Amino acid sequence: MASSVVLLLIVLAIALGPLLWRVPINEIDFAAKLEGPSWTHPLGTDDLGQDVLARLLYGGRVSLAVGLCAMLVASFVGVLIGSVAGMSRGSVDAILMWLADFFLSLPQLPLLLLIIYLFREGLKNVLGPEGGIFVMIVIVIGGLRWMPVARLVRAQILSLREKEFVEAARALGASKLRQVVRHILPNALGPVIVAGTIDVAAAIIAESTLSFLGLGFPPDIPTWGRVLFDAKDYLDIAPHWALFAGAAIFLAVLTINFIGDGLRDALDSRRVL
Amino acid sequence: MSREYVIRRLLIVVPSMLGISLLLFTVLALAPGDPFGELASNPAVPPEVRAALRAKFGLDDPVWSRYLHWLAAMVQGDWGFSFVSRMNVDTLILQRLPTTLIVIGSAQLLAIVVAIPVGVLAATRPYSVFDQIASTFAFIGFSLPTFFTGLLLILVFSIQLDWLPFVYRADINATGWQFYWEHIKQSIMPVTVLGLFQGASLVRYVRSAVLDVIRLDYVTTARSKGIGERKVIVKHVVRTALIPVVTLVALQMPIVFGGAIVTEQIFRVPGIGSLLISSILANDTPVVMGVTFVFACLVVLFNLMADFVYAWLDPRIAFR
Repeated sequence: MASSVVLLLIVLAIALGPLLWRVPINEIDFAAKLEGPSWTHPLGTDDLGQDVLARLLYGGRVSLAVGLCAMLVASFVGVLIGSVAGMSRGSVDAILMWLADFFLSLPQLPLLLLIIYLFREGLKNVLGPEGGIFVMIVIVIGGLRWMPVARLVRAQILSLREKEFVEAARALGASKLRQVVRHILPNALGPVIVAGTIDVAAAIIAESTLSFLGLGFPPDIPTWGRVLFDAKDYLDIAPHWALFAGAAIFLAVLTINFIGDGLRDALDSRRVL
Repeated sequence: MSREYVIRRLLIVVPSMLGISLLLFTVLALAPGDPFGELASNPAVPPEVRAALRAKFGLDDPVWSRYLHWLAAMVQGDWGFSFVSRMNVDTLILQRLPTTLIVIGSAQLLAIVVAIPVGVLAATRPYSVFDQIASTFAFIGFSLPTFFTGLLLILVFSIQLDWLPFVYRADINATGWQFYWEHIKQSIMPVTVLGLFQGASLVRYVRSAVLDVIRLDYVTTARSKGIGERKVIVKHVVRTALIPVVTLVALQMPIVFGGAIVTEQIFRVPGIGSLLISSILANDTPVVMGVTFVFACLVVLFNLMADFVYAWLDPRIAFR
């Protein structure tokens, strides 16, 4: 419960913060560079004298948006593949599940880096520097995380498709699509929601990792990972800079994970002890 | 473990390696950008020369024939030439690989040594104070991204306390015990960061695996025979509970490699992870491909080892 309150506060701060805290994120002021927290700059300033609070509030929007969109991509692909595999037994099912196992055994971060390395320039030309990197990060992170959802959905469908209410729908002449969308999926939603919650946290970490390695968003978009990347060289003289950025990532991920865990306990009737 | 099982399991490796190579090649082939792009924009190179070069390196061949050529070269150990380091990619990777394996190996060891006792203790007293504390710390541990823990450790132990160096040096000019001491000192932080991250998720696995086993009838039987509680836990419960944990450790391997890349980058450990990042920043495509392929092979290898350990621990598995 406490974690949903904290997460709500984070989301509210990110959504409304930039409206209330009207300091521009890119106002350079060398007179005030690398200052600790003060009344004019509650979270201090960075090496160009930019306000860290304003940058974190803005960056949080990008980080959370990436997390949510990547989760949506992963859930959509996962539900689609899981449903197809679950409804069509035989070779299609076997191939799709082999594909899921194969993707599960891929080293995600090296592959993510490789894809971003190879495609960054191309997408930048098509969609612009910011849009391109956003779309690519969301698609790649989402595209590498669909497997758990697909397996969950398939397992649910395998058991639900034999239940009486689905059989009734089948007897009434419902098409396979209608059986899945109207009857099976609503009943299989619980575990998918739990997996989706945890995916949001994982996607935020993945995006921060990329930005932290200097391969994510460009410097003028201060996502949390990017701020941490810029701050890491000033750890000795301005530790507040890195600490606040890291704490933001940590708090968001921790609360989302806690909520996922709580949801699992609430939705799962089979509890240990 | 029957010989048939070993052979069958080894044969599965071939399609996965082929799949990985196909995936890497597809990504490379789909990527925009042309290895001869610089030549194309260079007015000093006449178009006929460019066309001749393209034909010579087979760039106009159909995709499948390019893939076969590439695969044949990879199998023969011809991994290309690093533009930046001016040496063969395979020698470059082989130079860096031991460091990465040592760091990952010690981190895994640390994770197992910490996680198994904590997980077992927490599961034997579920919902006790110890369990609550252990679970909370495990949760915090795997919600803390490795790059942030790394920075925190540097801040505390290198900058505030000045105990440990935060840059990993390969060229320590000391001899004897001093040499080993320096190496241990500089490895402490990278190994801790990676090990604790791993250990945190491992604690949860161990705890739930032990909880699954501890209520089973054969454990009650062991207790009713008058075997001491300690012996029941160690000899009867833990041995069975650790079987699924082996698989979970192997499934975690892809995440471990991700963490290793970040950790090597933070502490400037000269392993293949930092090689990957520096090659990406330097546009050194052959090295990037090579390192990614090595990471994928390592994952396949660890999965293979886990399956063998699993079959050895649980003989029933081989007959499936």
